Amino acid sequence: MSITLKDVEHVANLARLELSEQEKEQFTGQLNAILKYAEKLNSLDTEGVAATSHVLPITNVMREDVTKESLPIEKVLLNAPDEEDGQIKVPAVLE
Amino acid sequence: MALFDLRLQDVHNKLNDKEIQVSELVDASYRRIAETDSSIKAFITLDEENARRQAAELDKQLQDGTERGLLFGLPAGIKDNIVTEGLLTTCASQFLSNYNPIYDATTVAKLKSAQSVTIGKLNMDEFAMGGSNENSSFYPTRNPWNTDYVPGGSSGGSAASVAAGQVYFSLGSDTGGSIRQPAAYCGIVGLKPTYGLVSRYGLVAFASSLDQIGPLTKNVEDSAYVLQAIAGYDGKDSTSANVSIPDYTSALTGDVKGLRIGVAKEYLGEGIDPEVKEAVLNALKVYESLGATWEEVSLPHTEYAIATYYLLASSEASSNLARFDGVRYGVRADNPDNLIDLYRKSRSQGFGPEVKRRIMLGTYALSSGYYDAYYLKAQKVRTLIKQDFDQVFSKFDVIMGPTAPTTAFRIGEQVGDPLTMYLNDICTIPVSLAGVPAISIPCGSSNGLPIGLQIIGKAFDESTVLRAAHAFEQNTEFHRGRPQLG
Repeated sequence: MSITLKDVEHVANLARLELSEQEKEQFTGQLNAILKYAEKLNSLDTEGVAATSHVLPITNVMREDVTKESLPIEKVLLNAPDEEDGQIKVPAVLE
Repeated sequence: MALFDLRLQDVHNKLNDKEIQVSELVDASYRRIAETDSSIKAFITLDEENARRQAAELDKQLQDGTERGLLFGLPAGIKDNIVTEGLLTTCASQFLSNYNPIYDATTVAKLKSAQSVTIGKLNMDEFAMGGSNENSSFYPTRNPWNTDYVPGGSSGGSAASVAAGQVYFSLGSDTGGSIRQPAAYCGIVGLKPTYGLVSRYGLVAFASSLDQIGPLTKNVEDSAYVLQAIAGYDGKDSTSANVSIPDYTSALTGDVKGLRIGVAKEYLGEGIDPEVKEAVLNALKVYESLGATWEEVSLPHTEYAIATYYLLASSEASSNLARFDGVRYGVRADNPDNLIDLYRKSRSQGFGPEVKRRIMLGTYALSSGYYDAYYLKAQKVRTLIKQDFDQVFSKFDVIMGPTAPTTAFRIGEQVGDPLTMYLNDICTIPVSLAGVPAISIPCGSSNGLPIGLQIIGKAFDESTVLRAAHAFEQNTEFHRGRPQLG
């Protein structure tokens, strides 16, 4: 499997990244090198091997379903780049 | 002896005996930073006003003569990916260059209740991605032993500040070696605890299944004290382990008679600098002389660890970093056409090249059609890597080897070649994938640059790791080495 410039553009779109032409070319080369290196994993037989997502023997962790106080609005908005009437403001979603 | 050469216990005694005051310690810390940080660049943000105010407050409290906790009044540095309420937390990224957290990480809250004094926030590779601090979007940190060399990373600022005597201890984070490798490069002690021992709440996530916060200190005893203060179950972290926390300092007996050491042959093979290898073999002789035994062992899947790690960590990063969209916090790009364009522009302007590269790799590995081939495959190989460790630990108490294959490299030497840079992590990454604890301690030097010995333990057996490390330190002088600065 080899990555083309078109793949890089597709993945950049999925990742919401805007790449310059130079970045696209550079990433195409570098990602190919890294993925080629990663192909060595295919030489291992993992038939019947369970996947490890993390090493602890814990799965779902539940807490009591109790209501707690939320963060105060002014704290939440402290870092917001733009706000209006206690809400975070963004540009139009639909044209 | 300079104040900053003292053990935590000695400083603590001096404070309790009223020989010194917290204000003097804090003064000394900022003085040292003023003298050395223009060349080291360990800090991103200093919190001088608050630290001095807190010092005055603590000095008042000392008047009543009550015995204080061990970390009381001690100047500490915090890696800039651990959130601190009201104190900028940038992750060394332009994207978060204005981010002022509204809460404390659990580790920071714990240090606050232990009443240590936060001096400031420490430089790192952007979002902890890198092993040299050259990926900081502000400026690279430099190695205090030779400022032409990298301090390692990603906790490069955390390691350099302790090595330069700017703070008594620091917190770092380790995903694939980011505490241990800079500790080795800077000649100090760095401990990566077992995954789940220390809360990740408030650690800006890079790779959630691997990230772990740990202490960087000048000696092993100090490491045990800091670990004691930050370890423990936290309901705010769903991967926090509910285990009982032992008294780590009581493990520091100096006795390693009968300790069974496995020496991983894969960590001493091709690509390992001969002087690093020699330093490790000499360390093993010290252990032998203390009554421990060692044998060569094999971790056969080591050669697959780096590929496994970069697929898993990048995949997790691509998901974790999706939250940085320029909507709720962070630097928002100007004049976007619409909402999607706002995400795209903010992210593209805010992230540096290494962060983009890993997001791209991770997004690709998780994308439709490739998930099984890359992400799932890597998770399965991770199981095999973990089994390697389980097998060795059925017969041995600890595994030893170098922390890094070489000493620190020159700034700029490996930029532009990400794959070579990744291969520096061969000795630390498998340990992270297995989730077990490991410490790096100084065990020699080559051309004036420190070499680290890595001691790896069973899950939640930090006590044995610390005991082994401490015994070595008691019988050698490597940890006393200090860089000439200022």
